[in-house]
Amino acid sequence: MKSLIQIMLAIVIACGLLSFAASKLEAANSAGGKDTLVVYNWGEYIDPSLIDQFEEETGISVIYETYDSNEAMLTKIRQGGSAYDVVVPSEYTIETMIKEDLLIEIDHSKLPNLQNIDPYFLDLPFDPKNKYSIPYFWGTVGVVYNPNEIPKHITFDSWDDLWDPALKNKVFLVDGAREIMGMGLNSLGYSLNSRDDNQLREALEKLKLLNGNVKAIIGDEITPLMINNEATVAVTFSGQAADMMFENEELDYAVPQEGSNLWFDNMVIPKTSKNVAGAHQFMNFMLDAEVAAQNTDYVGYAIPNKAAWELLDDEVVNDERFYPHEESRNNLEVYENLGLELLGTYNEYFLEFKMSLE
Amino acid sequence: MRSELTAKAKVYLAIVFIILYAPIFYLIFYSFNSGGSMGSFDGFTLEHYQAVFDDNRLLAILINTVIVALLSALIATIIGTLGAIGIVSLRNYKIRNIVLSLNNILIVSPDVVIGASFLILFTMIGVKLGFASVLISHIAFSIPIVVLMVLPKILEMNTNLIDAALDLGANRRDVLTRVIVPYIKPGILAGFFMALTYSLDDFAVTFFVTGNGFSTLSVEIYSMARAGISLTVNAISGLVFIVTVGIVVMYYFITMRSKKTGGSIQ
Amino acid sequence: MKFKSKSASVPYIIWIALFVIAPIGLVLYYSMLDLNGEFTLVNYKNFFTSAYLTMTLTSFWYALVITFFTLIIAYPTAYLLTKTRHKHLWLMLIIIPSWINLLLKTYAFIGIFGLYGPVNAVIKLLGFDPTQILFTDFSFVFVAVYIFIPFMIIPIFNALDKMNPSLIYAARDLGASPLTTFRRVIFPLTIEGVKSGVQVTFIPALSLFMITRLIAGNKVITLGTAIEQQFLVAQNWGMGSTIAVFLILIMFAIMRFTRTKKKGGRA
Repeated sequence: MKSLIQIMLAIVIACGLLSFAASKLEAANSAGGKDTLVVYNWGEYIDPSLIDQFEEETGISVIYETYDSNEAMLTKIRQGGSAYDVVVPSEYTIETMIKEDLLIEIDHSKLPNLQNIDPYFLDLPFDPKNKYSIPYFWGTVGVVYNPNEIPKHITFDSWDDLWDPALKNKVFLVDGAREIMGMGLNSLGYSLNSRDDNQLREALEKLKLLNGNVKAIIGDEITPLMINNEATVAVTFSGQAADMMFENEELDYAVPQEGSNLWFDNMVIPKTSKNVAGAHQFMNFMLDAEVAAQNTDYVGYAIPNKAAWELLDDEVVNDERFYPHEESRNNLEVYENLGLELLGTYNEYFLEFKMSLE
Repeated sequence: MRSELTAKAKVYLAIVFIILYAPIFYLIFYSFNSGGSMGSFDGFTLEHYQAVFDDNRLLAILINTVIVALLSALIATIIGTLGAIGIVSLRNYKIRNIVLSLNNILIVSPDVVIGASFLILFTMIGVKLGFASVLISHIAFSIPIVVLMVLPKILEMNTNLIDAALDLGANRRDVLTRVIVPYIKPGILAGFFMALTYSLDDFAVTFFVTGNGFSTLSVEIYSMARAGISLTVNAISGLVFIVTVGIVVMYYFITMRSKKTGGSIQ
Repeated sequence: MKFKSKSASVPYIIWIALFVIAPIGLVLYYSMLDLNGEFTLVNYKNFFTSAYLTMTLTSFWYALVITFFTLIIAYPTAYLLTKTRHKHLWLMLIIIPSWINLLLKTYAFIGIFGLYGPVNAVIKLLGFDPTQILFTDFSFVFVAVYIFIPFMIIPIFNALDKMNPSLIYAARDLGASPLTTFRRVIFPLTIEGVKSGVQVTFIPALSLFMITRLIAGNKVITLGTAIEQQFLVAQNWGMGSTIAVFLILIMFAIMRFTRTKKKGGRA
């Protein structure tokens, strides 16, 4: 018993000391100002030195919290209980958030740097006139592959190349119902926002034929596999493809002609925000050309900021694979909010596809 | 009982230990990689360790993680141990079995369900999301594992001991502190360590119930997955691992010595 | 036993009420709601008509396999550990790896099992062709067993540790073979530890989810995965809760099956 009490005391004392250390660290961390801003974003999705720069310039101290999926983040915002000032959801989640009245209208007069954004990325169907959201990064869904490991005739100009018998046991798919069902729909010439059950069924049947080729359906862990040449072909997001290609120069990325998904991550201000002015300041800061360029260098995703393009390497900005020209963007579709019922159907079919895999 | 191990036995144990430690050494190995990721070793560097000490935010998160783990494991162990003793004192086996089943519900429930329902619970009661809500949740999901670790020790205890002590006029408090607790101590420690494991590993529950700037290492690591987990995390895990092993080995030999020099602390 | 500790277990009772009964109530409530928040039993109907039954069986089967391998690896380990000189130190060293973040360790396994990883390097050295070990049943069960091993070893170790060695000597002296000694003396005396280990392995194994994707590449789908998907992706908390209800029911059934009737009678 005595020894147990000793252990208990030791733990309590250790926790006391640690919390003292933590408070010291946090004090050293904050800019000292009383004004705080809570930014809620994906992990590793901003250059941390930019946060320091923002704190120095404005005297606002930034609390940076992270999430790992749009849906989990949405649950937290819906439920309330903690205040976030700037959040970076993807476009289909923004649509839901607008519908559920979770967002504050953005005051464009406080964002002089908004003119830096290429007009193509403004006024999109998910948020007309950008009343609620400001572009952060954008990209596509496509195929990242290693040309040295597969026959020459496979270039992924068409989604159908994935069904090529030469790719037996070589294809990795991203674990997303919208992405994979969308790919099936696109490969048949349908819209990836299809609401027609017959088309969805047809897409599912086609996907099932992929059985022998699919090695695994996975998520973010595809990145290390492609980098290490463990995987040859993967359907994934352009941002991740860029990460992989940065590490492994053998790799290439293609967006098939039939069409694919165009995605956006935009900054929004939730209704629960306690520092709306600071949130605008932060957005304007992130829209600054130099800041945006530096952030692109760090994160590696495509940026919609045309003023920043001037500052980035030509090699980066003129890379047709990640900054497709306007005409090739015509085949790309943005996800529409299909409603929970239809989303459920997409999900069920995707599950059926997964369970059909051997 | 102190028969020396045969060579075969030693080989067996060695294999078990090698497998248990393999992923950790793999992580630590790549924390010295000058390349950007695990998998291809480009060259030796200490920059990721430098990055750990430059990153006050990450260090603060690490400390928070350790505090939550230690405190939640401690409190869960106390509540769980007393609960296990309470369960065993239930005479009605039907009720006992129901309580035990209830006990295990949190173990079988996926983290998303626990996280979401705790979040609803906390916002309903009006608990401010942050350190307190995370600590309470960790205590809550660690209690069942403590109960399961302590229970077998209580069950195998010879009840005559307790009856004898009570007959000899010991009060209930004495019985608890002098008879029961010393006997089930290994179970209590096991429960504590397993509670630590649960707490350190939890991502989903913490994610849902945290807020207002409070974060733990797991939440950080999971949310990094999309844009790539930085090797800084490997470095910090390596440091934590080495410090932990150091503390454990040191503590062990110190208590060994004090035992040998007569001061029995059991 | 005569010992009663009603007041001492008050916090535990409060815990059950607040963090077990209340969430269960919530889960039951949600399981009876459809997507529009209307009261319905359609989720329960769906559970029986769709792929979920197959999934229940798969989950059950994998949990069984995982528990089995965990037990046959953990038992001898625990037994041998009790015979080492610094046994408590060794036991601690079994626990410590479980404190390193699971996602990181899983990423490490992806590397270790990879085509160019250390395991395949050994295979190559032995003169065989490198094979992809990832995304197979083997890798899935292996990593799951890896996760649960400490949970199984500890209760068994604790049961073995305090066992009176004279019992074994007595059995040997009476001419029992080592196998008989184990079967008739050692194993029955450690049964409580084994049960505890089986519970802390089998029950969470039913709802394993992260490694079904990372290590099994979604070729293994468990109830845990399905629940996670329903909650997070489909945003259908009703269906997710319904599956959770069934998971809890299965657990109750297992508890009935493994209950400690005879032993508990004495305590």
